[in-house]
Amino acid sequence: MIFRGRGIAKGVAFGELLVSPEPISFLSGVNPETGEIVEKGHPLEGQDLSGRVIAFDYGKGSTVGSYVLYALSKNGHAPLAIVNTEAEPIIAVGAIMGGIPMIDRTGVPITQMKSGTQVTVNGDTGEFTYEGSIPGVTSKE
Amino acid sequence: MELDREDELVLNGEFGETRRMMMEILVTLGKVFDAERMVPIRSAQVSGASYKTIGEYGLQWIRGLDARAAVPAILNPVGMDRDRWREMGISPEFAKKQVEVISAYERLGIRLDCTCTPYYLTITQYGDHISWSESSAVAYSNSVIGARTNREGGPSALAAAIIGKTPYYGLHIVANRKPGLVIDVDGAGAHDASWYGALGYIAGKEAGNRIPYFRGIRPDRDQLKALGAAMAASGAVALFHVEGITPDSRVFSYDPKGLETIPVEQKEISDLYKDIPVDAVAIGCPHCSPDELGAIAHLLEGKHVKKPLYVFTSKAVAGNSRSFVEIIERSGARVYADTCMVVSPCMDSYLAVMVNSGKAFTYVPNMCGAASRIGTLEECINVACS
Repeated sequence: MIFRGRGIAKGVAFGELLVSPEPISFLSGVNPETGEIVEKGHPLEGQDLSGRVIAFDYGKGSTVGSYVLYALSKNGHAPLAIVNTEAEPIIAVGAIMGGIPMIDRTGVPITQMKSGTQVTVNGDTGEFTYEGSIPGVTSKE
Repeated sequence: MELDREDELVLNGEFGETRRMMMEILVTLGKVFDAERMVPIRSAQVSGASYKTIGEYGLQWIRGLDARAAVPAILNPVGMDRDRWREMGISPEFAKKQVEVISAYERLGIRLDCTCTPYYLTITQYGDHISWSESSAVAYSNSVIGARTNREGGPSALAAAIIGKTPYYGLHIVANRKPGLVIDVDGAGAHDASWYGALGYIAGKEAGNRIPYFRGIRPDRDQLKALGAAMAASGAVALFHVEGITPDSRVFSYDPKGLETIPVEQKEISDLYKDIPVDAVAIGCPHCSPDELGAIAHLLEGKHVKKPLYVFTSKAVAGNSRSFVEIIERSGARVYADTCMVVSPCMDSYLAVMVNSGKAFTYVPNMCGAASRIGTLEECINVACS
C-alpha cells in the first residue's frame, strides 16, 4: 500500500519497520553509541533502532536530543528513516543533522502499523510504501 | 513555503553544504509550524554552547560546519568564565573541551560573548525580528523591547544566524502575541527585583505557555527582566504584557475582557521569603546590568564577605563597569563572566544558596543540588557579610 505523507528530511530508505507505541526521547532514552533504546519502562526498552525504520507519534524531551540523532548517524547506528504522526522540531532538526530521511502525516495511525513490515520512506516526496495491508485504512493510490 | 530565488539556490547546495543544511533546517521548521515564508532577522543568540550540554557529538557537529554568520550572533552562557576557570575549580579537561566548543563557534563568525543578556550587547529595537534561544532573553526581548522571536533550539538559532533569516510563524506574527490570561497583582508591597522574581515564580506556574497580561504593577527594566526570567523558568512563558508599561500593551491596547483572571496576593509572594541558613550567595541570574553591578558595589563598599558571594554578568558589561567590579572584588566577592550559577558546576558543592532571582530560586535545587532561598539584594549582601 502506498500513502502520501509530508517530506520532512530529504533522502530515501527501504527497510524493516520498528513501531514504538509511545513517544521517544532521544536525549536520555537512546544510547548514542549503540542505537539501543534504554529508557526504563519504554515498550521498546532493549530494542536496537540501528538500520531499521522507526515509527512513533512524536518526539519528547530536551532539544539536545537533536545532537543524539547526529551522534547515532556518526556512529553508524542511526535509524534508516523516521516516520512520525506529527513532526516536531527536535526530531526534525536531528534528522537533518544526521542525514536521516523523515516523513510525517502519512494518514496511517502508528498503532495500525506492524513491526517487521518492509517499508520505503521517501523524504523528498513524502511517499510511504507499506509492504502489507492495514485494516480499515485505504491507500492513497 | 515560499522561498526567494537566492534561498532556493542555497537549498540546492549552490553555496556549500553547510548553508544547504542550515537552509534545510529552517525550511523544515517552517513546514512543521506551517510558515508561509521566511523573514530576515537582525540578530541571533545561539544555545548549545556548554560542553556539558552538547557533549562530544555536539562539538563534532559544530566543528564539521563551514560558513560564517550573516547577522550579529552571540552565545548562551557556558560552564565557566573563559579567563578565570582555574579559580572557579573547573577541571583542565572540561576547560579544554569548553574552549574547543567556543573556538568552533568563533570560526563560524559567532561573537564570543556568552550571555543570557544579549540585549545589553546588541542593538535590538521594537518590531525587530530576531532568533534568540535562552528563555529569559526570549522573554525580555519579546516583552520589554517588543522585538519578535520564538524560543529557538541551538541548531535552529545557529541556522538562522548563518542564513540571516527565520521562518515566519509563532511570535513573529503580531496576531499570535495577544494575551491569553490576566494576572491581577496586589502590587502595593512591590519593592525590588527579587519581589518581581518571586511574583514570576508564582505567575509562571499559572501561565504555563500562555501569554500573561499583568495589571497592578509598575516594574522598571531590571524588574521586568527578573519577572520574565522567573516565568520562563517556572513556566514556559516567552512573552508577557504589563498594562501601560511594556511596549506591545501600549501599541495595541489589548482588551483582556473574557480572559481567565488569576489574582496574586502579597502574602503568596512574601511567603516565598524564608529565613533558612545558607552557605553561599549568588547574584546575577539573568546576568547583571551595569545598574545592578553599581547597586551591588554600593552595598559592598568597605565591607568584607564572610560567605562565598558570586556575581555573574557578561564579559562586556563587566569590562564597561571596571570600577564597580573592583569594589565588589575588594570585598572578597567574585565577579565571573560567561557563566552563571545555573550552568556552572562551581555551585555544586553548597548545601543551600541564597539568590535574589526567581529564576535561580527555581533552578538551583535541580541544577546545583542545593536548597534555594530568595531574598532582596540587600538581604543577600547582608547574609554574605555576616
